[in-house]
Amino acid sequence: MKRLLFLLPLFAFVVLAGYLALGLTKDPHVLPSVLIDQEVPPFDLPPIKGREAGFRRDDLLGQVSLVNIFGSWCVACRIEHPFLMRIKEERRVPLHGIDWREETLEAGPAWLARFGDPYTLIGDDPRSVAAIAFGVTGAPETFVVDKRGFIRYKHIGPLTPEVWEKTIGPMIEELRRQ
Amino acid sequence: MIVEIGHFALILALVVAFAQGTVPLIGAHRGDALWMAAARPAALTQAVLVAMAFGALMHAYVTSDFSVLNVINNSHSTKPLIYKISGVWGNHEGSMLLWVLILAVFGAAVAVFGRHLPPGLSARALSVQALIAFGFLLFILFTSNPFERVALAPADGRDLNPLLQDPGLAFHPPFLYLGYVGFSVAFSFAIAALLEGRVDAAWARWVRPWTLAAWTFLTAGIGLGSWWAYYELGWGGWWYWDPVENASFMPWLAGTALLHSAVVVEKRDTLKGWTIFLAIVAFSLSLLGTFLVRSGVLTSVHAFAVDPARGVFILVLLLVAIGGSFALFAWRGPALMPGGLFRPVSREGALLLNNLLLATATAVILLGTLYPLFIDAVGGAKVSVGPPFFDSVFVPLMVPLVAALAVGPLLPWKRGDLAGALGRLKLAFVLAAAAVVGIWFVFDRGSVLAVLGLGLAAWLAVGVVVEIAGRIHLLGIAPVASLRRLLGLPRAAWGMTLAHFGLAVLVAGVTASSAWKVEKIQTMRPGDTVEVAGYTYRFEGARDVQGPNYAATRGRFTVTRDGEPFVVLEPEKRLYPVQQMPTTEAAIRSTFLGDLYAVIGDAEGNEGGFVTRLYFNPLVPWIWAGILLMVAGGVASLSDRRHRVGAPGRRPLTTEAASAKA
Repeated sequence: MKRLLFLLPLFAFVVLAGYLALGLTKDPHVLPSVLIDQEVPPFDLPPIKGREAGFRRDDLLGQVSLVNIFGSWCVACRIEHPFLMRIKEERRVPLHGIDWREETLEAGPAWLARFGDPYTLIGDDPRSVAAIAFGVTGAPETFVVDKRGFIRYKHIGPLTPEVWEKTIGPMIEELRRQ
Repeated sequence: MIVEIGHFALILALVVAFAQGTVPLIGAHRGDALWMAAARPAALTQAVLVAMAFGALMHAYVTSDFSVLNVINNSHSTKPLIYKISGVWGNHEGSMLLWVLILAVFGAAVAVFGRHLPPGLSARALSVQALIAFGFLLFILFTSNPFERVALAPADGRDLNPLLQDPGLAFHPPFLYLGYVGFSVAFSFAIAALLEGRVDAAWARWVRPWTLAAWTFLTAGIGLGSWWAYYELGWGGWWYWDPVENASFMPWLAGTALLHSAVVVEKRDTLKGWTIFLAIVAFSLSLLGTFLVRSGVLTSVHAFAVDPARGVFILVLLLVAIGGSFALFAWRGPALMPGGLFRPVSREGALLLNNLLLATATAVILLGTLYPLFIDAVGGAKVSVGPPFFDSVFVPLMVPLVAALAVGPLLPWKRGDLAGALGRLKLAFVLAAAAVVGIWFVFDRGSVLAVLGLGLAAWLAVGVVVEIAGRIHLLGIAPVASLRRLLGLPRAAWGMTLAHFGLAVLVAGVTASSAWKVEKIQTMRPGDTVEVAGYTYRFEGARDVQGPNYAATRGRFTVTRDGEPFVVLEPEKRLYPVQQMPTTEAAIRSTFLGDLYAVIGDAEGNEGGFVTRLYFNPLVPWIWAGILLMVAGGVASLSDRRHRVGAPGRRPLTTEAASAKA
């Protein structure tokens, strides 16, 4: 019995090491997305407090756009936020927001009032309706949606100038030509 | 040339570490004094070699030698000198080199101060220390060579991440590593004790100062880190339960438990297996923290060096170091002789309760930090575990810990009298209750939990004072005699008092700053005023200023209180052109009751308007004061003659060791 007790840490560590090894085989930045090159399922989100328009699937039709999942509770969203403001200021592409899983009606609008509002349209999604439609796994995430409303790319984590230059920027150019 | 010398010194250090990790170990096994004696000169040589390598890298940074890849990636010729120096460890390769340097310096310190240790124990401990160094030197040389040159040197470097160009963060990693790596000594001694099959009071007495030193450094390191997060990230918060923060907090919790259980081993010769276990765990968590930060297994706002290939190497290192030591623990641990018995209500019992609570807290934080990984590995969704989880599990564990902390030091060893101890704490109870009632009336909007938190802090603070008053027989004897006793107290007693009192101050600061923070966010045009917690902020406008390697917008607020000028705050928003990265520099004015904290955001409109964030963060200075008191406690205790590492094995030590063996 006593011997077993002394073996316990070893067992626990072996299990932990197994998980760590499995973890190494996965890049936390790359997530499988079954929805790539699929049409965005229909959704119709109400506006957040202080805005007139909500955000629905058909708003995505007609031009290439970005859809960004954010929430006032999300620390990493604050990190990417200045870059989103830059996208807005430089009018690079319409950027829509899905305000995800806010606990109160005020939380999202207050956050945007505090840091600035980079979004063209915003839908309030406290119950993850649109988030599930997009296959969101966490915030922040950014989707590139083409003119026909198909998801063409998904970026996990904060959007950075580097990601923009290497991937998203060229992709938008190409989708616009199509 | 100097760079190549540094590289070569590092390779030599690897060879020396291999010799130091094998020869004395074999010598100790065979009882060969000559082979054992190799440990000490080897440890000193290794420290000198690693220091040469580190010095060479630092030289490359200071002279802006852009033929070195590491310097190109992390430095810039216009960077101020202090950040050229701190840039050495502001990146993966350099920080690993700092890690090994500190490891080698600790090894050398054991060699120098441990001359009076039993030769077998010292030889084995130094060998284990060298084996760790060997693993990390291999790691550096094969996967993270800081001395790599490039064929064509560019005109200038890519600069250091601007968030890291800050005095708080310049010195945060060295302290953190001194703490992390400092636990390697307790670890090495634990492995050596398991190999020898003997743990006694003398062993605990040797291990305690090293643990205490590591704990003190780690406390300071974590404190510097959260101070930096507080003023540099500009969110008004100071702790985010981020994986990287947790990675440093877990060894701290385990180290705190170890510090206390080692006291029990020293005084009462019991809890030996548990203490060995904690010594292994504290360092293992340091290694795990390194793995988590360096491998990219978890994403974090802090992770600025991520590479899965290195992750594989560190994982193997973990398997050998942690798996090996737990295997040894399972094999040799049961043979450790159990020591004296004690009642649940006793000093030992209180320390055991402290250990159980700290160990549970460590375990839940480990679980919370790794949970996303567990779920991902079994193919579940990607999840993140945030502050709500940590707050809801950590706080309920800390409440009984703090409550019992006031009582524990009043209990005698072996068998305590709970009623008597509580009786002595009547005053603490009354004052804490008065504090609760008083605060309740001052902050009528206060949350019940926060008020109780402050009451708990008051309870502990008064409890600490009651304990020390009892020691000096305050009011029982003449005041002069009491004063004489006070001055005559051993420094270790002062250390405990300061650290425990610091914790009370820290608890008050943490509670108040999270419960009564005032936050105002708005757009202000020059001339606008906003009132925050009784202070009136008038925005005077913003202007552009030029720093050595950045451009900044500097806002100006004149703050008045009751119409009287109070202070001028000048927060900045900086842009570092080389990395195209903005940073916020909050302007902070600390008062006894809290911080005035101003941040300037983006320009709004055409009339000189800016988004401004103004906070009042109550009692935040108490957090830093509490941490400083805890560090001061560690230093005071460390300076105690009984702990002094170099103090020769005086009489009580040898007799205790002998009686423990008997």
